[in-house]
Amino acid sequence: MTSHGTIPTDANRKPAPTGAGDTTISGRRLATAYTAAHLNGLDADRQVGAPGTFPFTRGVHESMYRGRFWTMRQFAGFGSAGQTNQRFHFLLHKGQTGLSVAFDMPTLMGLDSDDPRSAGEVGRLGVAIDSLDDMLDLFEGIDLANVSTSMTINAPAAILMAYYLAVAQEQGVAFEDLRGTIQNDILKEFHAQNEFVFPPVPSVGLVVDVIEYCARYVPQWNPVSISGYHIREAGSTAGQELAYTLADGFHYVQETLKRGLEVDAFAPRLSFFFNAHNEFFEEIAKYRAARRIWARHMRDRYGTKDDRSCKLRFHAQTAGCSLQAQQPQVNLIRVAYQAMAAVLGGCQSLHTNSMDETLALPSEHAATLALRTQQVLAHETGVARSADPLGGSYLVESLTNELEAEAEAIFREIGEVGGMEPAIEAGYFRARIAEASARYQREVDGGERLVVGVNAFVEEHEPPIELHRVEPHVESQQVARLERLRARRDAKQVKQSLDAIGEAARAGNNLMPILLEAAHRRVTVGEAMGAMREVFGAFRARSGW
Amino acid sequence: MRQYRIRVVLAKLGLDGHDRGIRVVARILRDAGMEVIYTGLWPTPGGVARIALEEDADVIGVSLLSGAHMTLLPKLLEAMKAEGCDDIPLILGGSIPDDDVPQLNRMGVAAVFGPGTPAQEIIQRVTDLAQTRASHEEHTGST
Repeated sequence: MTSHGTIPTDANRKPAPTGAGDTTISGRRLATAYTAAHLNGLDADRQVGAPGTFPFTRGVHESMYRGRFWTMRQFAGFGSAGQTNQRFHFLLHKGQTGLSVAFDMPTLMGLDSDDPRSAGEVGRLGVAIDSLDDMLDLFEGIDLANVSTSMTINAPAAILMAYYLAVAQEQGVAFEDLRGTIQNDILKEFHAQNEFVFPPVPSVGLVVDVIEYCARYVPQWNPVSISGYHIREAGSTAGQELAYTLADGFHYVQETLKRGLEVDAFAPRLSFFFNAHNEFFEEIAKYRAARRIWARHMRDRYGTKDDRSCKLRFHAQTAGCSLQAQQPQVNLIRVAYQAMAAVLGGCQSLHTNSMDETLALPSEHAATLALRTQQVLAHETGVARSADPLGGSYLVESLTNELEAEAEAIFREIGEVGGMEPAIEAGYFRARIAEASARYQREVDGGERLVVGVNAFVEEHEPPIELHRVEPHVESQQVARLERLRARRDAKQVKQSLDAIGEAARAGNNLMPILLEAAHRRVTVGEAMGAMREVFGAFRARSGW
Repeated sequence: MRQYRIRVVLAKLGLDGHDRGIRVVARILRDAGMEVIYTGLWPTPGGVARIALEEDADVIGVSLLSGAHMTLLPKLLEAMKAEGCDDIPLILGGSIPDDDVPQLNRMGVAAVFGPGTPAQEIIQRVTDLAQTRASHEEHTGST
């Protein structure tokens, strides 16, 4: 550890638990044992049903993983586009079945690498993308018609989507053949992760621009990944993660309907992203409840006629916040159990974290072990043979019902605060999450909740593990590259594009066609964001601690 | 020992918005009876130094999970010097590899807290740093 000295004894410290206790990490009380009485007259046909049939509690596919396993999709990105491209080729060679791009902080915040605010952060937590040139390097040697790509980007998502489409055009790949997902979920940034730039209303407008454009021109693409992951990482309970995520989803549906699209023209392509945390059965119940709630609301509130609009498809990632810096190899075990919960809960794709992620970006060794964890789960444990293997379990069905009821109560509470955007402005989500996070921390600090290696089973001396190091000269190379680009491109065309972005933003037009043209003209991420910021303004959140 | 409450300025430096840790620390220090001023997201190093000076901070705490600490900490220390408040002890928390700690200490970072540090340890260290500074001020006669 980085701090030294003995741990002082805390007067409030409670005796360490010797048994399982009755309360989940989300604060939910569980019974000693579950029986049919806990199901409160569950209507098995209406509430549970069969896999692949409404309300999809038991999964979105009838045969689930028989025909095809979930997509093993490991998030990767660091340094320059060329370096990340090499990691992509490495992962594909190791048997990974989809790509997932991690962008660096400046790109996530819509800043160019040469912006003074980017200093020290270029290429550090992900790949630095400033212009279409970087995007072309990122996918060098990878045929976009034959790979599915996930891009984790939010505030500048429309710009990065335009870059991806421009790469497809350069490769001669039709938009209809593109498969993948862009996260493009700004609401959870306001609730939890803080990577927002513009105020809520224009931010949601940009999200909907991408949804609308993809519904019309990129039909196999998931234009949004409505994410509970980050909400949970910020410290929420399982119930809050579930409810806030679905509330965000409904908000996007309502805003997209205002563009005049039929619900079934876009809803089948809305995708979700949930956390896979430690509390095994509660997590499985969370995924099952999510599918049931989504299906019911889509049918009953939004009048979908297409079953695909009712199917909640989701990516899962194991809980980064559950990883510990102490005894990092133990993280492998946490990740394996969390991954199993995601699979038993019927995920469509999965990222397993690397054991060293509290300390640095994953080393190649750690990244390989993380992928191998999924391969063992798929090919050796047999847990994927039958769909929803825990369906009918008294415990899991009871928890599914409880989580559904909790989510419905939270939807009502959001309504009482005035709906999505007023609730954001009032700091409602952040305050609720902070309360949950503080409760959990008190339990750990008080010794009521044991974390292996942290407040129990501590090793005095831990051998250091090999960490990935980002090369320090990425930043200067990226800055120099940008300087060359600015000198080379047609300045007049760039100016025209920036003016056009501003005009479209003011007029409330869909920005995607203009951003696509701007991509080809080598308008940078920071420039396009700047043009929008002039119209949309910037947003500052209440810190709400 | 000073009789008034210890004042701590907490800041996240850089672009990263992962503020779960710093907000938990803010509550922990407040519950321990300290006065906490949290700068919110995206302050500049100069901004943090100015707030620390204006708020008469006893300790400055910075959270960094972005890996940019070796770039941003020297900038903050420089800014503190420029503002004339480099006597305020600076502590750091977040994802900081062990290998970087000796160099950070040499730069002038008083303490580095990694993930999983017990609340009690942070409270104790902040209290010690504030008291050491206060007794030093009494001896030198500065305010």
